[in-house]
Amino acid sequence: MEEPIVDQELFGRFKKCAVEVLSVSEDQVVPEARFGDDLDADSLDLVELVMALEEEFDISVPEQELEGISTVGEAYELVAGKV
Amino acid sequence: MNPQGRRVAVTGLGVVAPCGIGRDDYWRGLLGPGITAGKATEVADWDPSPWYSSPKEARRADRVEQFAIAAATEAFTQAGDPNGGLGVDPARFGTIFATGVGGLHTLEEQVEVRMTKGERRVSPFLVPMMMANAAGAAISMRWGLQGPNETIATACAAGTHAIGNAARLIAWGRCDAVATGGAESSATVTALAGFANMTALTSTGISRPFDVDRDGFVMGEGSAVLILEEWEHASTRGARILGEIVGAASNADAHHITAPSPGGVGAAACMRLALEDAGMTPADIAQVNAHGTSTPLNDAAEAEAARDVFGDDGPPVTSIKGVTGHPLGAAGALEAAAVLLSFEHRLIPPTANTKVVGLGIDVVTGDAREWEPGPTMSNNFGFGGHNGTVIISPPR
Repeated sequence: MEEPIVDQELFGRFKKCAVEVLSVSEDQVVPEARFGDDLDADSLDLVELVMALEEEFDISVPEQELEGISTVGEAYELVAGKV
Repeated sequence: MNPQGRRVAVTGLGVVAPCGIGRDDYWRGLLGPGITAGKATEVADWDPSPWYSSPKEARRADRVEQFAIAAATEAFTQAGDPNGGLGVDPARFGTIFATGVGGLHTLEEQVEVRMTKGERRVSPFLVPMMMANAAGAAISMRWGLQGPNETIATACAAGTHAIGNAARLIAWGRCDAVATGGAESSATVTALAGFANMTALTSTGISRPFDVDRDGFVMGEGSAVLILEEWEHASTRGARILGEIVGAASNADAHHITAPSPGGVGAAACMRLALEDAGMTPADIAQVNAHGTSTPLNDAAEAEAARDVFGDDGPPVTSIKGVTGHPLGAAGALEAAAVLLSFEHRLIPPTANTKVVGLGIDVVTGDAREWEPGPTMSNNFGFGGHNGTVIISPPR
């Protein structure tokens, strides 16, 4: 079960980063989308995405916290919890 | 190529250069005006998107790799198969590529990112984008070439060395086809400052190889890719053969990190080795496509070497660097492209901007010169004392 996305403003900023870094359309960036299978993103893409999110939200995401993150929803929750 | 190797045909050619993208525009550019203003000539308004499936994919490739992919696409298409198979076993299809520097633009940008934003903001793509072998690796991956995949980095001689080594892999039986050539895009602010401070760059902004008033090179960029193919394989499948690599040589001055050996003795020895490899005499050579950078030292040494090899009545000599500038590791590839096109158009492109020579060699200046295409020698010399020569014959 994905957590419901409550803050549309925050998710909009998250989505903008993903669209830019991963070269995907806005429609693809939905909570259940898997980075590997659905967004064609490999591990280096995710490093770049995390950098963009850290800049956008002025947060820090240590590498170990990314373990087990495989969907947009999971990544969003991780970010939202730090903002 | 000795020792009694298999014949090597050129069946594909693709070019990206400031004077023209694509073989036809490139040729028109070579006949056009030379460079008269600037430390560097660059591919204007470069847009990599036609050669990449997404902006993400293009962004992951340094400009030097983008040039190589664009040139390789044209080369494979010309060879008869945009997808690159050509009926060759992928395990026997090699990639021998050249660059002088690699992804210097990326490195310079990321140094600035580190200085301004800190280490945690340095791109995870820095390494695969800046590494010298990135362009060759990208070609191998894009077209599924699983034979030897090696990058030559002998500075300004790299392009010629790559073509020579690629041809030998076919001549000696290791490969049936090889994608070869070179790419360069390293005219960053820092690199230009380095070349300027060592007084290799022109201070007048004019590239005029062999001219009495030459005062340094203009930095160029671009890529040329050649598809080499074992002759029988190429002719059996009905490929259009653009030329034949008949000889190649490589040696070293062992003299100075930047200056050529006095009298161009290293260069002359290299030219003789290539003639021997081709089983030819100096009288067989109908054109010399010179390194001709427009620096006082190179052009004097190269002219002396050519006089030594060919005597006072040698073949016509041309340098395309009046138009292309000096694209370092791509130079030999772009010059081989010019030689192949000079066969096709039955014209020797002129040495742009050059008016008065006085070095005792027959430099083609002014208009392009009509000729009966014949075996052509292309020379390149690199910082580090690297010399490279290839001899290319018209198809017959």
